[in-house]
Amino acid sequence: MSFALETASHPENLKRIAIDPVSRVEGHGKVTILLDDNNHVHQVRLHIVEFRGFERFIQGRPYWEVPVVVQRLCGICPVSHHLAGSKALDWVVGAPQISPTAEKMRRLMHFGQVLQSHAVHFFHLASPDLLFGFDAEVGKRNILNVAAEYPDIARQGVLLRKYGQEVIRLTAGKKVHGISSVPGGIHKSLNKEEIAFLKQDIGQMIDWSVGAVELCKRLYYSNLPLYENFARCESNLLSLVRPDGALELYDGLLRARDSKRKIIFDKVDNRDYHKVITEEVKSWSYMKFPHITALGREIGWYKVGPLARVQNCDFIDTPLAEEMRQQFMDTAKPVNHATLAYHWARMIEVVHCAEKIRDMLDDPDLQGNDLLRQGKRASEGIGIIEAPRGTLFHHYHVGDDDLVTMCNLIVSTTSNNQPMNEAIRSVAREYLDGERVTEGLLNHIEVAIRAYDPCLSCATHALGQMPLQVELVNTDGTVIDTRTRGADFI
Amino acid sequence: MTNESVAKAPKSTAPSAPGEALQARETRLFSLDGKPVAFTSGQTILEAATAAGRYIPHLCAHPDFPPHSSCKLCVVKANGRYLSACSTRAREGLEVESNTPELNGRRRTLLQMIFVEGNHYCPGCEKSGFCDLQALAYQLEMQNPHFSHFWPDRTVDASHPDVFIDFNRCIFCELCVRASRDVDGKHIFALTGRGIKKHLCINSRTGKLGDTDFSAADRAANICPVGAILKKHVGFSTPIGKRTYDATPISVVSLASLEASK
Ligand code: SF4
Ligand code: FES
Repeated sequence: MSFALETASHPENLKRIAIDPVSRVEGHGKVTILLDDNNHVHQVRLHIVEFRGFERFIQGRPYWEVPVVVQRLCGICPVSHHLAGSKALDWVVGAPQISPTAEKMRRLMHFGQVLQSHAVHFFHLASPDLLFGFDAEVGKRNILNVAAEYPDIARQGVLLRKYGQEVIRLTAGKKVHGISSVPGGIHKSLNKEEIAFLKQDIGQMIDWSVGAVELCKRLYYSNLPLYENFARCESNLLSLVRPDGALELYDGLLRARDSKRKIIFDKVDNRDYHKVITEEVKSWSYMKFPHITALGREIGWYKVGPLARVQNCDFIDTPLAEEMRQQFMDTAKPVNHATLAYHWARMIEVVHCAEKIRDMLDDPDLQGNDLLRQGKRASEGIGIIEAPRGTLFHHYHVGDDDLVTMCNLIVSTTSNNQPMNEAIRSVAREYLDGERVTEGLLNHIEVAIRAYDPCLSCATHALGQMPLQVELVNTDGTVIDTRTRGADFI
Repeated sequence: MTNESVAKAPKSTAPSAPGEALQARETRLFSLDGKPVAFTSGQTILEAATAAGRYIPHLCAHPDFPPHSSCKLCVVKANGRYLSACSTRAREGLEVESNTPELNGRRRTLLQMIFVEGNHYCPGCEKSGFCDLQALAYQLEMQNPHFSHFWPDRTVDASHPDVFIDFNRCIFCELCVRASRDVDGKHIFALTGRGIKKHLCINSRTGKLGDTDFSAADRAANICPVGAILKKHVGFSTPIGKRTYDATPISVVSLASLEASK
């Protein structure tokens, strides 16, 4: 709430509410279901408030400000933007090869971020749906109820998240919106006490994340037809992989596979992303629709995120996660396209992050002093990272006066837009009954969207219930029914 | 103002050897929030309080320059009247109130007005942790901007190779104007326009900083209390926890820096 300047005569008496001067755009996730003449589901559109305004906001700002400012893009994975922006601008300051200390600090920060974001997503947002069933009362499907009925699971979720936040705090300087990663490197390393602090609990974190994978697997097999078919969406897969084919979250080469697991392109340098990916603009959405150029707009869309990454790589370079990936791949024939399999893949990545963090904490480079590099100034930089939700692209042009002249971002939610539409369409086909948006339909759509973990305000704020509107539109454009559910802030 | 005002007057007190000068005069006192403060003749309330280790919030005042008396953060109640401490001479027997809920509430309101009048976006600003405006907001427990933002349309001047100006954050304190004129002898900055149209302008044919003889070593390049005049390529190079106001409030920093400059 704010007040016009001239009307507040005794402002000191009024209640103060902390407001961020630039508040993030909030809104409902809105789903439009278009029916055909026979009242069958024809098309589904998920509308998401998007970031184009932000790209313009960055233009005209000095480049060194970017890694900090871009964190305001996403309330749940600011670190990914912080790092993708830094990686892009490493090129601009002539230091694409940053120091070992800087790179390892950034990697550690990223593992902490993926771990905490995945933990929130699975335990806080998704586990109530999975444990209590999609049709359980809305009031029941929340973390508080998980805490009541499965106290160990809830506690592990809370503490895994907290551990990830501690990693972020120590590497980035703050739990949220840290500032340590700068173009050309990092401005802090860790000291012995900080390393010792993080070492204390990492064994426990690995055990718990392994337990979470087992839980996902158990749930999956406990109702195989549901898990395999619910909101199923066959698509191509895109992610970074390490040059040797290993799962890679911080820095790698682009690889895409088709829905049968055949490689479409591989080992594509980050700077060539625009040669393999095309971004299309559509009139009814602010969102861009990226697709694999070689396949074209119709069939070139792809999914990103844990489900894509775990199946796109050839192996994971940490033993527990690799063992679990192999078990997961038993379900892939040859690719697992089940929307609910996202959760399982997500938890495998948590195991990987935890194992990586454990291994990294022994590395003396994390305590090094060689923090910043600099070289010949360049006018363009591209940074691609695997954010918790999927591949994230940052691309900048910087003028001689050091101000950003062009900014292009492709966030994972944008890439996943078409798969989400398909997933929702599959749900609508199965659960739409007549000409009404029922509570059940809303619930099932919600579960499908949540598996992708889009960067909607619903994913960030509403624990247990996402602000969502579903509308049913017939062929002449008339809205015949809507159902809305508000955010439920816990 | 009042006849006590010395605004725009040359620097009021600068005894070459403060110790001797003090001894030469007999000690005179006024009271600040009920406690006595000694002053020498010509000293302002702010100067005397600062010398005595007592903090009065202020923003546009700077010990090296004559008072500007524009921000009004330093306003105190002296014998029942509201006066700017930075530009009012101390007087024997004056009863000054400063650290009261009423005055701090007014100061908070002034800060809120400054915040909404410009585009002060602390989380994305590299001056965060070094910024006097932000530090004062913390000091005075301002928790939100309270008023509707003006969102003025202001620009950035990045034409100079080493320094850039983000006009979004200028609070019109004229410290750069004073420093460039009085110390650097360059007259690079001025305030122009009135009221809401007031803005900082640059003295060059193009109006661009790059077309002046400004240098990063100038006093004016190193005095801006907010994030308006900044060295390029520095950005967020200081970790959180190591920035000036991270651990120490401005009330302490401001007294200590005066101590250090003596
Ligand atoms: S640029 Fe800085 S020093 Fe100059 S008037 Fe504005 S706020 Fe004051
Ligand atoms: S400090 Fe006195 S008016 Fe600004």
